[in-house]
Amino acid sequence: MKPISIDRLSISFGPVRVLHDVSFDVAAGECFGLVGESGSGKSTILRCASMLTNIWDGTVRIGDHDVRKMPLAERCRTVQMVFQDPYGSLHPRHSIRTALDEGLRINGFDDREARLAQAMRDVGLPVEFLDRYPHQLSGGQRQRVAIARALILEPDVLFLDEPTSALDVSVQAEVLNLLVRLQKEKGFTYLMVSHDLAVVDHMCDRFAIMQHGRIVEVLDRAAITGGGATQPYAKELIGASLEYERAI
Amino acid sequence: MDPVLDIQRLSIRYPGALAPAVRDVSFTLGRERLGIVGESGSGKSTVGRAIMRLLDTAEITADRMQFEEVDLLNAPEKQMLDVRGKRMSMILQDPKFSLNPIQRCGHQIAEAYRTHVRCSKAEAKARAIAMLEQVHIRDPERVYDLYPHEVSGGMGQRVMIAMMLLTSPDLVIADEPTSALDVTVRLQVLRILDGLVRDKGIGLIMISHDLNLVRAFCDRVLIMYAGRVVETLDARDLDNARHPYSRGLLAAQPRIGGSREPLPVLARQDSWLEPLEADA
Repeated sequence: MKPISIDRLSISFGPVRVLHDVSFDVAAGECFGLVGESGSGKSTILRCASMLTNIWDGTVRIGDHDVRKMPLAERCRTVQMVFQDPYGSLHPRHSIRTALDEGLRINGFDDREARLAQAMRDVGLPVEFLDRYPHQLSGGQRQRVAIARALILEPDVLFLDEPTSALDVSVQAEVLNLLVRLQKEKGFTYLMVSHDLAVVDHMCDRFAIMQHGRIVEVLDRAAITGGGATQPYAKELIGASLEYERAI
Repeated sequence: MDPVLDIQRLSIRYPGALAPAVRDVSFTLGRERLGIVGESGSGKSTVGRAIMRLLDTAEITADRMQFEEVDLLNAPEKQMLDVRGKRMSMILQDPKFSLNPIQRCGHQIAEAYRTHVRCSKAEAKARAIAMLEQVHIRDPERVYDLYPHEVSGGMGQRVMIAMMLLTSPDLVIADEPTSALDVTVRLQVLRILDGLVRDKGIGLIMISHDLNLVRAFCDRVLIMYAGRVVETLDARDLDNARHPYSRGLLAAQPRIGGSREPLPVLARQDSWLEPLEADA
């Protein structure tokens, strides 16, 4: 289990400043949520912290290490990401085996066949599915494959970028249950982007509300129903979500 | 009052598909708000598109498919051109894809109006601007001249609503009208749509996967599973749904302030394909 520490993270795309000195800490084994409207910079934080973009300023530390100074292989075995759309994040012409095996091969893992089978069992898919292609799987099964691909390198930290927003409620329930179970079993630290406060309330211990590339407020899960928000935008977002749900 | 839309035993099969996408769907719609919910692939959007007669390659059969005096099964395309966009219209999911990116927003609204109503360009523009005001756009003259990429998602969807309601249709089909929007603007857009639909007495079909949304903004709800309607009920009775599929969908939804127990998941059964018998 490793904590995440983000300090004064800033990034600009051309003249547009997308993140303004974002700082927050996630404890080891915690599930931390990032919420806010589209364009507020939630996913950009994940992309910076995982070094998918490297033109940012500030410091991101995972465990005791600065992500900028980690060698690529070590970084990949520390942090993995699950993307929003399982229809877009799996290569359509690679079998599930190829998709999962690639990371193992590159990182020189031994006993690959056993690890592939174990990863499939971990996410609740039949081992025979290794020889299927993405189009032969449903959306929920694809997202399970994406999760298997992330956890097969035995990372400490998982970045979840809207992991269920492309899925139906019924399938979302399965994937959320899987994520909760895996966190208990493997002690992952989760950093999860979501626009759905009900999902955040179900999964996260704390969450940050973002607007225009800044963190407006960091709140405890209890603040959603307890009215603990103090900033106007945080109140508005929580109010809109509660009103939208209309039933408890 | 006569129903706006009367559909009896509608079945739709896409060319080359093994099974029909929609099977024996029947409902009537008055001047009310009807929600159609279900998972992706349950056939809810297909029903909407069939009503608009947008599925020209699919094989459509029905005992009856009547929109006011128009027989949708047999009406020639020439007649449909007059009906579609004027007396029935459709609001699509994402304004980023449904608005023409290289035409100004206002121009698109005026064009839709002038397709159906003979009037001068100046009059169409005046009407478009008045309609933009009705969807609560503060500075309609300015927005009239903006391109779709220059407006936010919420505003784009209001432009879409303005375009679709300007010809005062009797039936509006809204296919996931707010799924692409943020929570904070979602309610605002829904309220605007809801207000206009009530004021003008329009029959609304709201296609959605979101049970909370149809509960709040519809009078009646059809629940679809695997191409069939498994349950029809009043929106306010949604929590008392009896079909195991409807109950499963409701239970699978995480709720703010809910327990953190594992969410109940659907254990799909073949018997769900049978619609629930309406007993007293």
